[in-house]
Amino acid sequence: MTARVRATTAGVPVAAVAVAALGALFFLVPLAGLVWRAPWSGLLDELGDPDVREALRLSLVCSLGATALSLVVGVPLAWVLARGRFPGRRLLRALTTLPMVLPPVVGGVALLLAFGRRGLAGQWLDQWFGVRLPFTTAGAILAETFVAMPFLVLTAEAGFRSADERLEEAARTLGARPWTVFRRVTLPLVTPSLAAGAVLAWARALGEFGATITFAGNFPGETQTTPLKVYLLLESRPDAAIVLSLVLLAVSLAVLVGLRSRWLGSA
Amino acid sequence: MVSFRRRLAGVFVAALVATACGGSDGPAQRPDGALSGSLTVLAASSLTEAFDEIGRRFEAANRDVDVTFGYDASSTLAQQVVNGAPADVLATADEVTMQEAAAGGAVDAPALFTRNRLAILVRAGNPENVGRLADLARPGLVVVLCAEQVPCGRFSFTVLERAGVRVRPMSLEPNVKGVVSKVMLGEADAGIAYATDALDAGQAVEAVVIPDAQNVVAAYPIAVVRSAPNRAAATALVDYVRSPAGQAVLESFGFQPA
Repeated sequence: MTARVRATTAGVPVAAVAVAALGALFFLVPLAGLVWRAPWSGLLDELGDPDVREALRLSLVCSLGATALSLVVGVPLAWVLARGRFPGRRLLRALTTLPMVLPPVVGGVALLLAFGRRGLAGQWLDQWFGVRLPFTTAGAILAETFVAMPFLVLTAEAGFRSADERLEEAARTLGARPWTVFRRVTLPLVTPSLAAGAVLAWARALGEFGATITFAGNFPGETQTTPLKVYLLLESRPDAAIVLSLVLLAVSLAVLVGLRSRWLGSA
Repeated sequence: MVSFRRRLAGVFVAALVATACGGSDGPAQRPDGALSGSLTVLAASSLTEAFDEIGRRFEAANRDVDVTFGYDASSTLAQQVVNGAPADVLATADEVTMQEAAAGGAVDAPALFTRNRLAILVRAGNPENVGRLADLARPGLVVVLCAEQVPCGRFSFTVLERAGVRVRPMSLEPNVKGVVSKVMLGEADAGIAYATDALDAGQAVEAVVIPDAQNVVAAYPIAVVRSAPNRAAATALVDYVRSPAGQAVLESFGFQPA
């Protein structure tokens, strides 16, 4: 590592660099728009609003919950998709990526039809266990998981695929049991992919709006996450909406930059 | 489902029409006086079904005009107009929101064109036996309301306050269609929405009348947008909405005369 890094685009044609700059601007200009319109003087007042803090807290809880749930369910799913050989595997893969193409609002309606009080599975959850997911924080976490998990599954599956199976084979030959092989060999190999997938899923969950409001509704402290709060604030106090959007952006940017250097190699 | 699609469509309508009007498709009053071009109408969600029908009839009478509607919460639409969305007509579900747009000079002088009342929405057959506002406070009854930031929420809370009923809603929906769909899908036992919504939702829901003494009558204003790309057609549409023919359509969807 040298102390000073000189800017270079060695190897990338000038035309591509020019287009890349255009791409960067495309992301930067909307952000600049938010910063430009932000009421900087009233920023602290807006953040002091208990409703705003509640929404931020709930967003953290829900997005982290959704990430955890995605990891628990998504990693085995990715593993099976990457290594399993069974009929319908391609269909299963298409199915897991479905929430990425489905408009989130439609995803929310689908969740209601499945896990709602009168839904396909939801009516039994209600009758047998007295569990009702809509209008609860658990429901918000479920909605975010539905939308965010595909990002983890796709990334993790690629990780499982690129992990050298011969290393696992060698461990097995040396007498390691399957669980030990997974823990000592496979897991270290796929950890960067899992981390990247988890971060992507978390970021997607944090910004989730459509599925959450459709499935879980909107109530402060229960289901009103930051994006929902922002949407409603746009109706009444646009300045506060911009402040809150910026806070959401700052938090996610800090986490993404931090994790990128920590987990994904060079920053 | 339809309302979601329409909501999404509404967001894009402005952008699409901006492109359309930039080209040769621009609005023009032909020498013979007939109207032409495209016309963008931003209207409160509760007007969806009635305005769709009005649009069909207006297009039938003006064959060269292509009307596109964007439906959303009134406050959202007013914001869009204030921020320069290339719309021709704005119709909101309350006067406060319209005044915000008018105060900024974004629209011409608005005119009241129809009225609507609130009603309690329940599932078909009223299985929970909701008969009056006070029933909404019953423990265990799942109630959803509009959020206070949008007109239907503002009216709902006024009505509940007048009746002295304290409700703990499970959700504060950002627009009236959210309340309707939650009741329609059976997720909520009851909600407060406009009387017209019960009619629009068809067989799946029914309305429980809120007595006039407790009810709020929402007056709907309509206005031509100051920077309307197609001012001639916009004025004609506003006139049509306020004409006996337009009023008849509105009344067939449960609205009351202004």
